[in-house]
Amino acid sequence: MKDSRHTGLIAGAVITAFFIGMALIAQYWTPFDPRVLLIVDKLQAPNTHHWFGTDQLGRDVLSMIMLGAQTSVGVAALSVIIGVFVGVPLGLFAAARRGAIDELVMRGNDVIFAFPALLLAILMTAVFGPGAVNAIIAIGIFNIPVFARVTRAGALQLWTRDYALAARVAGKGPFRISWEHMLPNLVGLLVVQGTIQFSLGVIAEAGLSYVGLSAQPPTPSWGRMLNEAQTLTALAPYLALFPGFAVLLFVLGLNLLGEGLRRRAERPS
Amino acid sequence: MTAPLLEIADLSVAIGATRIIENLSLQVHAGEILGLVGASGSGKSVTALAVMQLLPPSATMTGTVRLRGETLTGKTDAQMQPIRGRDVGMVFQEPMTALNPLMRIGDQVAETLRLHSAVSALAAREAAREALDLAGLSGEQGALDRFPYELSGGQRQRVAIAMAMVMSPPLLIADEPTTALDVITQAQVLRLLQELVRARNMGLVLVTHDLAVMAQLADRVAVMHQGEIVEQGATPELLLRPRHPYTAALLAAAAFTHKRVARQVSSPEVLQACGIIREYPRQRRSLWRAAAPLRALDDVSLSVHAGETVGLVGESGSGKSSLLRVILALDRSQAGQVRLLGEEFSNAAGNLHRLRRAIQVVFQDPYGSFDPKWTVERLIAEPFFLLNAPPLAAERRRKVAIVLEQVGLAATDAQRLPHEFSGGERQRIAIARALITEPAVIAFDEAVSALDVLLREQILELLAQLAERLNVAYLFVSHDLQVIRAIADRVYVMQRGRIVEEGPTESVFASPRHAYTQALIAATPKLPVN
Repeated sequence: MKDSRHTGLIAGAVITAFFIGMALIAQYWTPFDPRVLLIVDKLQAPNTHHWFGTDQLGRDVLSMIMLGAQTSVGVAALSVIIGVFVGVPLGLFAAARRGAIDELVMRGNDVIFAFPALLLAILMTAVFGPGAVNAIIAIGIFNIPVFARVTRAGALQLWTRDYALAARVAGKGPFRISWEHMLPNLVGLLVVQGTIQFSLGVIAEAGLSYVGLSAQPPTPSWGRMLNEAQTLTALAPYLALFPGFAVLLFVLGLNLLGEGLRRRAERPS
Repeated sequence: MTAPLLEIADLSVAIGATRIIENLSLQVHAGEILGLVGASGSGKSVTALAVMQLLPPSATMTGTVRLRGETLTGKTDAQMQPIRGRDVGMVFQEPMTALNPLMRIGDQVAETLRLHSAVSALAAREAAREALDLAGLSGEQGALDRFPYELSGGQRQRVAIAMAMVMSPPLLIADEPTTALDVITQAQVLRLLQELVRARNMGLVLVTHDLAVMAQLADRVAVMHQGEIVEQGATPELLLRPRHPYTAALLAAAAFTHKRVARQVSSPEVLQACGIIREYPRQRRSLWRAAAPLRALDDVSLSVHAGETVGLVGESGSGKSSLLRVILALDRSQAGQVRLLGEEFSNAAGNLHRLRRAIQVVFQDPYGSFDPKWTVERLIAEPFFLLNAPPLAAERRRKVAIVLEQVGLAATDAQRLPHEFSGGERQRIAIARALITEPAVIAFDEAVSALDVLLREQILELLAQLAERLNVAYLFVSHDLQVIRAIADRVYVMQRGRIVEEGPTESVFASPRHAYTQALIAATPKLPVN
């Protein structure tokens, strides 16, 4: 029992590190330049030269997957950062002040929560035009209430501890106590939630780029690769296989990691 | 002599690699109350669980447990199920969690019965009514149809006793049955247990850390220390002439009183509370008018003189904690004021910060009082925030080292984290944190209630020494009269949000005037004195 949860955590960490490492390497090196079109080499099945084959425009699929990882990791990470930097202070603030301010913050969150990220992205695209930046903002906004809630719930519990009272007796105000006592004790909780939101971000990015609302060509992205492969499924099934598998494996790894971290945090020390 | 009802022979229990119980042997006869006493962690509760074969799966057990000649050890869980409840009843410490919150109490009591014998729902209900009657909750008054949340702690413990009694088991095991209850309720529950044992010729194993409860109830006492029974014998002899040094130490600690010279009452008042009224809003029941607020403190006044130890005693819910929060300016009162060193403290925003250093606090729970991520040095130095020019680096370290040594810890402990310390050591750290700003008053909120008797004595002794050396005043809040009597110069008695009696400790205890104080003192279990 103890071993299996450990394996899950390690497997999740290895898979996550693999994809993030791939995204970093792609910054400096890919087997081929996926921005160069070589129509002569189009639709090659996987072979020793092109490990994952080539697409209808002759681009190397492996190189595209590697650069696609960059888009995926970048969009998901930045949207988590938006969620953390706005949501966590809101949650701490709501927990520290309670009463009407708490209600206001949390009901405001409910309003954001009511809109799915995809819908929000479509709305933003309609107003500002499609692009990776707008995808990041849309997914980031969706992350805000999630982090606000988790933080508020955790902080409310910590406020009942005697050390919060002791800090008040030491003359510290609610904001200082939130910063010095609440936040450090919530880090574990937030790392777990961050991992989960990261995986949701990867899925959301794939979904948005699939419908063409995220990163625009020529920047490769897994979702658009899937979309383009769709019409060629009969001719070149491997084109859909590799990006689909990449999304699946990355999300699986992140979930294993998040679940493993959550269990470790829950374990009584 | 007849064969014993319960016989435990050479019982050893280990959980993982830790040995919990070593070669324990004891016997309980019908109609006898055996007290199992010891500090927390001495293996008392594990012994009780071993009898019921309810040890966690990671535990390994050797030895034999026999009930009426039948060997229980080695029985499977399925074989034990009919025995639990039918032959052995059990009452636990915490009446809050022992009952199912969503089930009417009549049904909960009847459930035990229906699990063990094929009786009709109606007959089971009738039996439940009888058991509740016996436990002092009259069934006629609709007690059967009430939910646990509608009952007080004492009433819940009566339900738990009724559940244990409904099958009329020959043996009852009660694990700290009154520890979570007030003294007056405790006395009632103890009397109930005693009557049941006498009337039904049952055997009772009473597990407790409280020697005075033991002295009042048990026929025979077994003293446990680190998993072994160090001494057992008939109650009065054992308590009056303990043979084992550990028993003697326990008794000495329980009888702790600090001998001190009568304090000068002429010293100036450092803390005054006048006419404090604190109300909590209640849930509104009617759309048209707000519910009348709950008045937790009703015109409460008290004062503490420099260097004096003042006790504030009362049962849970009497308003002690509310008063403390107002005094510490953590909550605002609806009326009245708190003056600290002669200046208005409670409702004055400007003075608050400057005055706070004159009053510090020690809380009850040695585990929840510290941020687990902070080092001891940082924790103790936290109140330095109140100073205009807080000492830095080396100076700060020196001051922390001084208070650590004052409370009997080493200066090197400053770099450790709170989880590395035991409960008693943590309370010392809490005291160090309270001392660091050199306050005029320290408030103690049940500060020794979570500690067992030996540690309690050490902490009280330390506090008495510090009070004399540093001339700091204490406001000591507790439900435990023994503790208050041991340490306080003057005492306030609180009941339902009011101070009902006030005076020098010895005269209040010797000749209480108010009926409530008299009842409290009468209900407190006492150790025999020779």
